[in-house]
Amino acid sequence: MGIDRREFLKGTGKFILLTSAAALAWDSLIAGRPEAAPNYNLQDHWWGFTIDIEKCIGCGSCVRACKTENDVLLEPYYFRTWVERYHVPKGDIEHPEVDSPNGGYDGFPPRYKPGDGSKNFFVPKLCNHCAHSPCTQVCPVGATFDSPDGVILVDKTYCIGCRYCVQACPYGCRFIDPRTMTVDKCSLCYHRITKGLTTACCETCPTGARMLGDLKNPKDPIHEFLRTHKVQVLKPQMATGAKAYYNGLDGSVR
Amino acid sequence: MRKFLKDREHLVRMAGLFLAGLVVFLILRVILVPQGFYEYGHFRTGALADNAARPIAYAGREACESCHPDIVDQRKGSHHSAIACETCHGALAKHADDPSKLKPTLPDAGKLCLVCHREEMAKPKFLKQVNPREHMGSESCVACHKPHHPEMA
Repeated sequence: MGIDRREFLKGTGKFILLTSAAALAWDSLIAGRPEAAPNYNLQDHWWGFTIDIEKCIGCGSCVRACKTENDVLLEPYYFRTWVERYHVPKGDIEHPEVDSPNGGYDGFPPRYKPGDGSKNFFVPKLCNHCAHSPCTQVCPVGATFDSPDGVILVDKTYCIGCRYCVQACPYGCRFIDPRTMTVDKCSLCYHRITKGLTTACCETCPTGARMLGDLKNPKDPIHEFLRTHKVQVLKPQMATGAKAYYNGLDGSVR
Repeated sequence: MRKFLKDREHLVRMAGLFLAGLVVFLILRVILVPQGFYEYGHFRTGALADNAARPIAYAGREACESCHPDIVDQRKGSHHSAIACETCHGALAKHADDPSKLKPTLPDAGKLCLVCHREEMAKPKFLKQVNPREHMGSESCVACHKPHHPEMA
């Protein structure tokens, strides 16, 4: 006697349910819990950054270090961090002249003559690692995201290169890497900070104008810096919750 | 009521189909959603480890100083003492891992010194700046200054 219809359906139903449950269990069993680095607890950190414009000498060490550390293309279109030179003509804060030859990679050749009453300074730029980042909100595939420790990262295996995030970033901190056609940006040297090192740009900054800080660590000097300096973020009107705090930021800076 | 009971077979079939569809959906979801997605948010948790896996290029000042304490002494009390070694000497994590594998080359003082110290309006006043032509002519910086302790002439 053969199997009847009812029994066949019952059996098939059971089989499907059980295999899907087993697949779930098996997946979580073989994957284990992914770890960023040993002894690094995601929940214990909330990374921020301070930049002291009054200390920046425009040497471009940060730009060179960043490109070396993170394998950024050397062509002058691709930067995870770069330095801008501001030239504010006398009394005209609305119309600053801004230049950034090769992003400051080779330093800044002298350009303006002293005595014209202008104001001149350097502004290093990098991803602001916003707490309410516009770039991660527009990613259609979850390839760029706010990590639980406050860093905006890119999942290169998921990025489809649609460039939505490049347009969404109000600070111009993203670019498409032509080698992979995926987006690239400052990762706050995630491979270094998870191992207890500072970022490559902070490591090589000769004046200490750039400082990485852990806002969740009460002993971190960033708290003292934020308390004793009048800091501002870039484009505060965008309400991005930027975590790159600038000391001595002029009103002309865009 | 009687009619409903009479036709219940149709309903059972519909429910069966619906259940089968649900099962297919759940299976597809397990296959298609990557491991660890939504664990911390709308992203794959493994991406954190991917980002953290990149090799390090700059060893960091502590690594340099653990092997070169003589240079630390040379730099004591100098304006350059707070500058990390790799700012001038370049990325040397490979050298720190195995000193025989990568020998650092001496930086080109003619270029490197002036990247910081060439006169420029935008540079802050605390920084010593020179006009190379007036300050040294064709002489090299290291003819007078020791880079590790530049105040010593």
